[in-house]
Amino acid sequence: MLEPLFSLTSIIALLSSTMRTTAPVLLAAIGGLFSDRSGVLSIGLEGFMLAGAFAGFVGAFYSGNLWIGIAAALIAGMLLAFVYAYFSVSVGSSQAVAGTGLVMLAAGATGFLNRVLFRSSGNFVRVTPFQPVAIPGLSRLPIIGQVLFTQNVLVYLAFALVPLTWFILYRTALGLQIRSVGEHAKAADTVGLNVTLTRYACVLVSGALGGLGGAYLSLAHANTFIEMMTAERGYMAFAIIIFGKYNPWGAMGASLLFGLADALQLKLQVAGVPVPYEFLLMFPYVLTLAAMVMAGKTTAPAALGSAYKKN
Amino acid sequence: MKARPHLDSVLAAARQLIIPSLAVLSAFVAGAVVVAAAGFNPVQTFAALLDGAFGSGINFTETLVKSTPYLFTGLGVAIAFRSRSFNIGAEGQFYMGALAVSWLGVAITGLPSFILIPLLLAAAFVAGGAYGAIPGYLKAKVGASEIVTTVMMNSIAVQIVSWIIKGPLQEPRHFYPETAEIVNAAKLPVLVPGTRLHLGLVIGLAMAVAAYILIFKTVLGFQIRAVGSGALAAEYAGINVRRNVVLAMAISGGLAGMGGAVELLGVTWKLYSNFSPGYGYSAIAVALLAKRNPLAVILTSLLFGALATGANNMQRAAEVPAMLASVMQALVIFFVLGYAVYEDRFARYWAERKPRDRGPHAAAAGKEAAGSNA
Amino acid sequence: MVPLYALETRGITKRFGALIANDQIDLTVKPGEVLSLLGENGAGKTTLMNILYGLLRPDEGQILVGGRPVEFRSPRQAIDLGVGMVHQHFMLIPAFSVAENVVLGMRKKTGAVISRTRLRSSIREFSHRYNFDLDPDARVGDLPVGLQQRVEILKSLYRGAQILILDEPTAVLTPQETGDLFRVIRHLQGEGKSVIFISHKLNEVMEISQRVTVLRLGKVQGTVETSATSPAELAKMMIGRDLAAPSSPRTGGYTGPTLSLQGLTVRREGKEACSGISLDVWGGEVLGIAGVDGNGQNELVEAILGTAPVASGRVILDGRDITGKGPARAIDAGLALVPEDRQTRGLIMDFSIAENLILESHRAAPFRRGFFIDEAQVNRFAAGMIQTFDIRSGGGASAPASSLSGGNQQKVVLAREISREPKVLVVMKPTRGLDVGATEYVHRRLLEERAKGKAILLVSSELEEIKGLSDRIAVMHRGAVTGLVWPDVSEEDLGQLMTGAKTMLSALGPRGGGEQ
Repeated sequence: MLEPLFSLTSIIALLSSTMRTTAPVLLAAIGGLFSDRSGVLSIGLEGFMLAGAFAGFVGAFYSGNLWIGIAAALIAGMLLAFVYAYFSVSVGSSQAVAGTGLVMLAAGATGFLNRVLFRSSGNFVRVTPFQPVAIPGLSRLPIIGQVLFTQNVLVYLAFALVPLTWFILYRTALGLQIRSVGEHAKAADTVGLNVTLTRYACVLVSGALGGLGGAYLSLAHANTFIEMMTAERGYMAFAIIIFGKYNPWGAMGASLLFGLADALQLKLQVAGVPVPYEFLLMFPYVLTLAAMVMAGKTTAPAALGSAYKKN
Repeated sequence: MKARPHLDSVLAAARQLIIPSLAVLSAFVAGAVVVAAAGFNPVQTFAALLDGAFGSGINFTETLVKSTPYLFTGLGVAIAFRSRSFNIGAEGQFYMGALAVSWLGVAITGLPSFILIPLLLAAAFVAGGAYGAIPGYLKAKVGASEIVTTVMMNSIAVQIVSWIIKGPLQEPRHFYPETAEIVNAAKLPVLVPGTRLHLGLVIGLAMAVAAYILIFKTVLGFQIRAVGSGALAAEYAGINVRRNVVLAMAISGGLAGMGGAVELLGVTWKLYSNFSPGYGYSAIAVALLAKRNPLAVILTSLLFGALATGANNMQRAAEVPAMLASVMQALVIFFVLGYAVYEDRFARYWAERKPRDRGPHAAAAGKEAAGSNA
Repeated sequence: MVPLYALETRGITKRFGALIANDQIDLTVKPGEVLSLLGENGAGKTTLMNILYGLLRPDEGQILVGGRPVEFRSPRQAIDLGVGMVHQHFMLIPAFSVAENVVLGMRKKTGAVISRTRLRSSIREFSHRYNFDLDPDARVGDLPVGLQQRVEILKSLYRGAQILILDEPTAVLTPQETGDLFRVIRHLQGEGKSVIFISHKLNEVMEISQRVTVLRLGKVQGTVETSATSPAELAKMMIGRDLAAPSSPRTGGYTGPTLSLQGLTVRREGKEACSGISLDVWGGEVLGIAGVDGNGQNELVEAILGTAPVASGRVILDGRDITGKGPARAIDAGLALVPEDRQTRGLIMDFSIAENLILESHRAAPFRRGFFIDEAQVNRFAAGMIQTFDIRSGGGASAPASSLSGGNQQKVVLAREISREPKVLVVMKPTRGLDVGATEYVHRRLLEERAKGKAILLVSSELEEIKGLSDRIAVMHRGAVTGLVWPDVSEEDLGQLMTGAKTMLSALGPRGGGEQ
């Protein structure tokens, strides 16, 4: 019964689903890109996503408004990002350690609060998720209309951020500032640019977009919060940035590849292929490993991962 | 005058404890704030926690039982850290070790304990070691971030276990998603009758001493430390950087794998999903708090074991979710990082207090370097 | 009213803990004047300049720009007041284009959105004004050092600098490039700009400046008119005594080629870093390698050590082929290396002196016993080395390398390398950042090793050092050996060899060492 997998409707459904599985990692990857380009490893993304998923759900659940959930996710992501920025930029801690600690903090805190808030409710608490918004005119295009223009608003936002980020990084004075801080902090300092402020701002952006990517999972995908629901997507986003050669277009391409893998394994699970579902679930992780190996020693921003101390 | 150096080194060791103790204390204070904010009574909560960990003889042996897996994974992570490899993969390596003995501990029959148990531990070391060596090799060979690769390998390990306990290694009745119970000869002997305290703790303590000797007294340890502290200088001195990174990761994974085996052979006797409540992840905090020193890991793993045991009691008695322990573990990491700044100042203060030991040249050296870099 | 001084400092003092880097510095620069700031390493020049550029804040004292007291809290304020700086280690971003480097941080001029075409033409135009001939789109990392320096200068000028601080600008240049730089400086002077020229090279100071301020041990030793002084007088002011040239008494003879490079070609990242280099270093001689930084010297040394990929050719050490066999084999064959960057390549800063001393030899007896390291042996050895090499450490052999001064760090490296009784000693910029005393010590040690019959390969961009110590000099340009000459070669010739303008292979073997 594998035949229907390859029918036109099936392929359209797969591609459309790919757009949705891509969006959360793409949001996180774009956020992480700002952080990485400013010289701060985006290794805490998993934590930002987890915090965003939880805060987004809590905000939406109690207010009944998805946008309040989104606001809560942005704030939660940025709060954690601030902690991360404090340790990686101001204290000058090992970013690997601080980032990992952050993920542990987010995992523990979301788990703890989830049980505190929802322990009494035996059955699943749910929200009504974001619905697809058909773009007038474009959504009527054959195939493309369904794949690209009948999605929820967060999907549009994720993909719109790609050209925007490219423009900011490569066509504006701000982008020049961000990249210079990530390449050679002292050079930026000697022309009067504020290295610390730039890095804080970029890490906060990564927190906001990571939080948004997490909120996508709880508010547009699962419609509820499940502990550890990000399932290492934050780490995948980190790998995607490297695989995409620290460029927004590259990050989009790599995210789509991951989204496709995710959508495909979901589809195969539903189709009931005679492979244990654990192997299908493993697929994105194996793909990440392969991507890391293939990316090899990409030219990263020269100052990535090193704290800057004035004299 | 003869006793001085000895006294000095004791004092120096004591000073080493100040900052980690402060970090733990701060984490508890912060944890209390969280508990209070969540609407619980912090005094009651922490009383329940302490009671659960140390309140009775049996509670304390439970703490020791819980500490054992942290001891192994903590040692593993500490050794990887020494080569500047950030092994977040102890969780997956722990599972691989447990997987190996869950199979062999059933499959191998007719051997006496004193042969079977060492054999199983060795197998677990190899399984976990291989699982750790892969990301080590990828890091050394193509520069793939071991953080990402080990995290991915953790998820893969969890899926492998999830499949295997419902597939090839499922218990014979095919009813529960778990492996068959290991043979009696494979079970670790209980140390104190009437408790669950088993030989694994002793094995873990022996491993801590062995790891200490390995790191500080052997040629391999010297090379691992050299690679971790200054890879370029080590390479220039003819030390094989890649080989040592892979070896450190393999030993690290081996210890974590042994931890999984000890937990299975000593406590659970079979493998199932969520076999590890995150021993591999907590190991990062265990190793950091111990400042990567294997002997100090003994103390920090005891602390984390107490935290985990106490948290379970806290959940029962005070109805505070045991997840609080995870929050506090993460807080410990941040306080360790935060206080590291003061640690440097502290060290400088003590160094400057003893001017008789330091020539004028050395005193000015740091500043001279700062001046010429400026 | 035109102020008398473009820039003036009064009583600038800066302390780092117990060390007084700048002690009551008074200094003046007139408009349109080139003032040289002369002093040896560690005299406080760089600290003073960082204060003038807002990177450091003085503990005491006053800075006046155009006669008005100012306070620099950051480089931006210095820039706004017309002070520009060309750092010794360029503050350029190699991955950026020339234009991007020049306008970095100038949002007021570029606007929030940068128009590439406008940017390109404006930088091209500005560059023409100073005859700089820089391509705005060129990637800075691809430019030769001399051009990179112009980008730095252009950066300051573009920001409207009236006072330009040049920190050791000729350290990285060939004699010809230095000539070009001096023309640029005179052109700027003609526009009424002031230049502070920091150097420790007396002849350059004599040539370019109108006045010289000499610093020693953080204090001003005096300010003199260039026309009324001599290099000898300046040297005496700078060091406090007469400068002793490194003496090189010949005691031993030459013992034949110990290190032999045969057609060595190194390719790195697709580029040929060394092209067919053939050199013999004889036992008992110092072969100097001169050249501007980045002309393949590092790759050559790494190829000898075995860390750079050798595309073709061979490295023969004492008759053994060690090509591409890696550092361990090269070291075992008798190679010793004093790398340029002692803090990352020479030493492990967290390791104790004792551990650093056995970084190579821990692999074998007597330090190795089975799997273990014999600590008693290590400590005995370290104590001996500390005495022999006069390593001044507060905490003895167990003190970390990071607690030592630069000179003592270098002594640890030297002790380690020399104590292994190597056959070949490769030494890169061995006196970089050291004061006069430590420099003399290092030179003396090297000559002693030569006298013992070791083959020494000395890589340095300091021509004085190369000429003073070497028996023969090889000159590298773009990965090739353009010259093999005697140390009495003229600066003129040396410069032309360094720029590849000519080739001169006369010194094929050491004098009296038999013709090869």
